[in-house]
Parts: sequence; structure tokens; C-alpha cells
Amino acid sequence: MKNTYSKFAVSLAVGAGLALGASAANAETPKSGGVLEFVVPGKAPSYDGHIETTYAMVHRVRPFYSLLIRVNPDNPSDPSDFVCDLCDGSVPEPTEGGTKYTFKLLPGVKFHDGTDLTSEDVKATYDKIIFPPEGVASARKSFFKAVESVTAPDESTVIFKLKFPTGSFIPALATPFNFVYSKDDLDAHGYTWHKSNINGSGAYKFVQHQKGAFLEGVKNPDYHHAGKPYLDGFKAITSAKMALSIQAIRGNRAAAEFRGFPPKARDDLVKALGKKITVQESDWNCVLLATPNHKIKPFDDTRVRQALTLGLDRWSGSKYLSRIAIVKTVGGVVFPSHGLAATKEELVKLKGYGTDIKAARAEANALLKEAGVPGLEFTLHNRGVDQPYKVVGTWMIDQWKKTGMEVKQQVNPTPVFYDVLRKKKTFDVSLDFNCQSVINPIADITKFLGSAGNNYGSYEDKVLEDSYNKILQSGDVAEQRRLIREYETRALSDEARMMISLWWYKINPHRSYMKGWKIAPSHYLNQHLDNVWLDL
Amino acid sequence: MTTVSEVQVEAEIEDLSKRSSVLDAVITMLRKQPLASFGAAIVLAMIFMAVFADILTSIDPEENNLEFMLEAPGEAFFLGTDQFGRDLLTRIIYGARTALFVGFTCAIIGSTLGLVLGVASAYFGGLFDLIIQRVVDVIMAFPLIILALAVVATLGPGVENVIIAITIPFVPQCARVVRSNALAIREIPYVDAARALGFSHMRIILRHMVPNVMAPFLIMLTSFLGQAILLEASLSYLGMGVQEPTAAWGLMLQGGAEEYAESAPWVAIWPGVAISLAVFGFNLFGDGVRDTLDPKLRSQ
Repeated sequence: MKNTYSKFAVSLAVGAGLALGASAANAETPKSGGVLEFVVPGKAPSYDGHIETTYAMVHRVRPFYSLLIRVNPDNPSDPSDFVCDLCDGSVPEPTEGGTKYTFKLLPGVKFHDGTDLTSEDVKATYDKIIFPPEGVASARKSFFKAVESVTAPDESTVIFKLKFPTGSFIPALATPFNFVYSKDDLDAHGYTWHKSNINGSGAYKFVQHQKGAFLEGVKNPDYHHAGKPYLDGFKAITSAKMALSIQAIRGNRAAAEFRGFPPKARDDLVKALGKKITVQESDWNCVLLATPNHKIKPFDDTRVRQALTLGLDRWSGSKYLSRIAIVKTVGGVVFPSHGLAATKEELVKLKGYGTDIKAARAEANALLKEAGVPGLEFTLHNRGVDQPYKVVGTWMIDQWKKTGMEVKQQVNPTPVFYDVLRKKKTFDVSLDFNCQSVINPIADITKFLGSAGNNYGSYEDKVLEDSYNKILQSGDVAEQRRLIREYETRALSDEARMMISLWWYKINPHRSYMKGWKIAPSHYLNQHLDNVWLDL
Repeated sequence: MTTVSEVQVEAEIEDLSKRSSVLDAVITMLRKQPLASFGAAIVLAMIFMAVFADILTSIDPEENNLEFMLEAPGEAFFLGTDQFGRDLLTRIIYGARTALFVGFTCAIIGSTLGLVLGVASAYFGGLFDLIIQRVVDVIMAFPLIILALAVVATLGPGVENVIIAITIPFVPQCARVVRSNALAIREIPYVDAARALGFSHMRIILRHMVPNVMAPFLIMLTSFLGQAILLEASLSYLGMGVQEPTAAWGLMLQGGAEEYAESAPWVAIWPGVAISLAVFGFNLFGDGVRDTLDPKLRSQ
């Protein structure tokens, strides 16, 4: 289906261009058999896709589940190319002025426990995601603000009724976390059962999980996509350190790692393995930000926040950091390759995006003086993860020091990092991120709203909220684009609520015998593994 | 009556004899304890680097020069540069400052607290001694690095917390060694004599016992210096110690060892060499101090 953004549906040139081996895979006939072994660097807090937000869960658990619709596995770089997974035919066009979507389900789909998958299961799943009972968590509830109701008039039909037409609905539906659960499981075991149990209808059936070691899945012979999956099974090996992951691929103990490696790791693997390694690269729907704590002085002062953004030389940073970190692209609030994203001409008008860094830093110094805090001193709160947090954090500190500020760094392990962001709120300025799956700018940019659940700036900005509501209800793409520029200017420049550093860049070197997998602009996408095969 | 010129000559002769006695002492030490002398030279070099870092290099150890990232050792950068284009020689020199600051602070505080606890425990004996020694047993049951990791995990990373984390395991180690020496001293009649004279506990401990346990105390102190430097480097390597962009040897390893081991090995080699040399130097020096102060070893 091509949604309202179809005219902006730019294939991500970099990803497509650099997806070495992808075209070759198309030309080759897939072979059946073999077990895919891959490494996953993080640990999954639970198996429940509806509450989790980490790739560490998706990479392990996504192959066990199906979605109603999904990003086209053969064209995952295109932000507007969606295909049916559990639905029949192609993704339906809306009716009733863009407010009603009617999905027909594939017949004969079964859960791994042998029960039939019907529209009641899809309804129960989306009721849990969109309208969770009080006390039940749902990480992506806000993606479906426009949904009024979900109904199942018969066994094979699901209808989503929207309050108003919006282009963000279909991308939200294709989010890879929206695992379809069995209504019987939800009714019998409750809403927390899926945190530690798996019963899906995906390409693979769960075998075992030895926590801290590996998770295994075996081919589902009753899978609803004919002829798939090609693999006999998969083994997701836990690898805490990046060096171990690299060595696992180099020593052929694993074929791939699907999150992404920095450029040096890619170069080392290519140098060591030559044609035995294939590299796929893509822009990444993840951006690293600095979030000032508006409740702590002097970060409640717009001039101070503007000085922070003016101190960053993003264009030079892109040139050099892209050699040592998984970041590359200079951008605004929208994923840079999307049609709704700002062009360079539009970006340079924002504070901190100009090409004359000396002038920008002079302006930053003047603003700090005016605010009464020349030589501002503060601590940057950061996450204890090398790529890209600590690398970019070190770069940002240097940039601010070059502007005359005195900055220290406080690095915390991930649980403490989140505790400080979400509960203690004791940081001055914190590194922060906005990582999304399906490229869905209208939903993705909610990060900058003070009211967003994943916004840690502690501010209220009614102008920004109103601006977003206009974007949400605008049906015209050109108008949306204009409104997003207004929103972006206020969030990043006029009020400097957050400072975007650089957008991430995904590099996936994998063993050349692993075929069929195509890189997507997100580490959450295309991990169902039903089209992956081994050419051994 | 002496004339001015006679006074000057006498002073010069005295000065010469002093100089020759210092020189003699150095030569004697070199001859009798060549390894300790080598260790002392390394320690002195480290102290020199730490104190005069600002004079030895005019480069800012924290400033990124991204256009020179990962330059190999050569004329422009004697030891090469890291991934942020920072001069490694400069960061090694400034890293000595971090290592010595943490090392000396931990060693001095840890061994001094251990000295006080050890002597007090031996002097008072009884229930006080029993309680102190059981607490010491508990703390010493944990390996040094595990205890330090636990403390940093609780308090959070940072130089101050690293110092606390390293100091805590040092206290019982020193207390245990000092106590065993102090127990022997407590039984010597002059301590009883001091008590009979009505001296306070504090006076007996500080004036009559502590000076007699200085030998083990100094030996522990010097051995702690090397251990503290190694622990600080270990914690920083694990990302739980000193934080970027501060120049610290363990941190330099953490930032480059894994990723650039093949393409830019100098990023990991030089801080590794610095850590090894420093620990080696302090250990050799500590052995020398022990040999000098321990009468049993001296007589052999």
C-alpha cells in the first residue's frame, strides 16, 4: 500500500545502494535448511512486545509472532511500502473519508498451540495496545490516538474506526512490536502472561531460552506464508560486549548481529574476511539528543539552551564522527531521508545548524553573558553504552568547551541512567535518544512534546502542543510539511527545548552465506527471519 | 678567632662532604638494591610527569582534534593520537597525574586508617579487638576488585567514588598486618611502664606503639600505591571509574583497546605500557622499602 506520503516515498538511497548482496539474493533461489546463529548484544527484559521498547527483545522474539501488516520484507527501506502479514491480499485503502480501515484475515492461520487465529484475537491484541485497562502498560498507546474503536464483525474481518483521517495510522499498525496474541491466552492467563511466555503464529516456534546464553527457535511447519521459513531454526546468542560479537562473526560462531557496528569494526571484518563478509548500510531512524532539564537553573532560560545548541558544529561532527561512531547524518526532527524532513537550506536557518561555527559560538557566548552565566559550568549525564552514547558525549563536551563552557560527564549504567531521567530528574543536561521503528514522522516527532511519555525535559510548551495537533489533523502533505517546519523551528531553535546531535547510521556486516535479509532503517524492523536462508 | 675566608672554606668542605654522603647513599643503594633503585626512578619519573605536566606539554589533553584522529606515532605525534585526535603522549603525561592522585590518596588514607584501627585493636584487645577483627574478616573475604566494583556500583562512577571504593578494601588489609606487630609490642615492658606512669591511652598508642609499627605500615603503604593505580585503571577500563574526557590510563584503554586493537594498536599499547611500568615501579620500590625496614631481611 502506498499511503498519503507516497509521493515522498523516497527509497533510502544509501541503504539501497549499499545493500551489497541484496540484489544477488533476489536473483538466487533460496535454499531450505540450516540453523541461523546470530548474536544479540543486549538482554530482553521480557517477551512482551506490547510493553517493551528494546531491540534485544525484538531480535529474539519477533520470529515467533505475526503482525496484522508489516513493512515489505523485500523493500524495508521504503517508509511507505507495507504488505499484509496476517491480512489477506494487500493493505486496504481507507473508506468513509479516510476514517475506516477494513482488514480481511488469511484463512487457516494457527497459533503454535494449535488453536485458530481469528479476528477476535486481532481485536483483543489491539484493544490491549490501544485501550489497555488501567494499570496495564502499553508502550505504543500514543501511536493510536486517532483510533476510536476496533471491532470484529465476523471471524475473518477486523475494522479500525478512526476519529479523523491520518497518515500515521498504517505505519503505526506495522510497528514490529504489535505481536498478535491469542485472545484465549489473554482471557485465561491475564495481561502479564506474555512477559514470560510465548504463543505466537510466527515463522518459528519457541524451543528454549537459557538466559544470559542463548534462545532457540525451530521452524513452524504450519506457517501461513507458503514455502517459508527457509531455515530449520535459529539461535540467538547473547553477547554482552561488542568485541565478542565481532569475534563471533569473525570466527564464524555467528552469521550476523542485527543492531549495527561502528565503521572500524566493519573495516576490520572486511579486511579479515574479504568476500566472506557482506556489508549492508542504511540511514537509521534513531537520533541522539541532548535534553536540558528545564526545572534546573539556568536551563530554564531559553538563551542558555540556545547557547548549547549553537556550540555544536554538526557538519564537522558528521564528517569525523561517522568514521568512529554509528552516527552520521545532520538532521532536524524528522528522519533525514523522508520527504517531510528539512532540507539543508531549511536546516541552516535553525540555531546551531549554520555552517559558520565561529559566528555561532560568538553568538552562544553573547547569549550566555546576557543570561548572566558566562563560562557556564554543568554536568552532562550520559548512558554507559559506548556506541554511540559515550563517543558522541565526549564529542559534545569538547564542542561546548570550545564555546567556553566547562562541562563534566557523569556516565551511568542503563538502569541508573533511566532512573535519573524518569524518576530522580537530578541531571543538568542528559544525552537522550529517539529511536523508532517504522518511519512515521507524525508519530516520531512527539518526542519533542513536553507531554510525551518519553520526554524528560520537564517543560510545558502549549504553542508546541498546538502546533503538533495541527500537524496531526492535517490531511494535506504540503501543509503537514509546512507545519512540521514551524514545529521544528520552535522545538530546536526558538525555544531550543532539545539539541539534536546527529542521526544514527546503521552498518550491518554479516557472513555472506546469510541471504535474504535486507537492512531496514531501523534495528527493530525486518527481524521475522522468514525470508532468511543459508547458502552453505 | 677565625677569618671570613676560613669560615667559607669550612662551609664548602662541609657541603662537599654532605654531597658526597648523598652521592654515596645513592651509589650504595644502586649497588645493594638495583631493582628498588629502578623502581624508585620510575616512581620519581611519574611524580615529575604529574607535577610538571603543564610544562612538559603545551597541548590540552582533553581537546579533540578530529582532523588528526588515529594518527600513527611519528614526528607530529610522538606516540600517535586516539580516535578523537588527542595526543597520546600528552594524555599519558596527564594520566600520571590522575593515577598518582588516586594512588596516593587511597594508599595514604587506607593505610593510615588501617594503622589506627590495627594498633587500637591490639592495644585494647578484648571485645573491641574481637569485633574489629571479625569486621576485618568479612571485608577481607571479598577479592579487592569485587569489593571495589560493589562500592562503585552503589555510589556511582567518578574520581571521588573511585577513591572511596579503593580505600575501603585497603583499611582491613593494613589493620590486620599492623595489629599483629602491635600485639607483640603491647607485651613489651615499656608499654606497661607507660601505663604505670598514668599516661593516657592516646599517648601510649601514638607516642609509644605507632612509631614501632611504622615499618610494616610503610611497607603496606608502598604496596598499596601500585595496587591503587591498578585498581583505578581496572575500574576506569570497566567504565566505572574516571569519566571522559579526563586523561586516565585505564580510561584510555577502555576507549580504544577493543575497537582499534588491529587498525590502531598504539591507542591501547601506550596506556597499557604506562600502567604496567607504574605498577612495576611501585612494587619494586615497595620491595626495596620492605628489605630496608625489615630487620630480618636486612640481616640475611
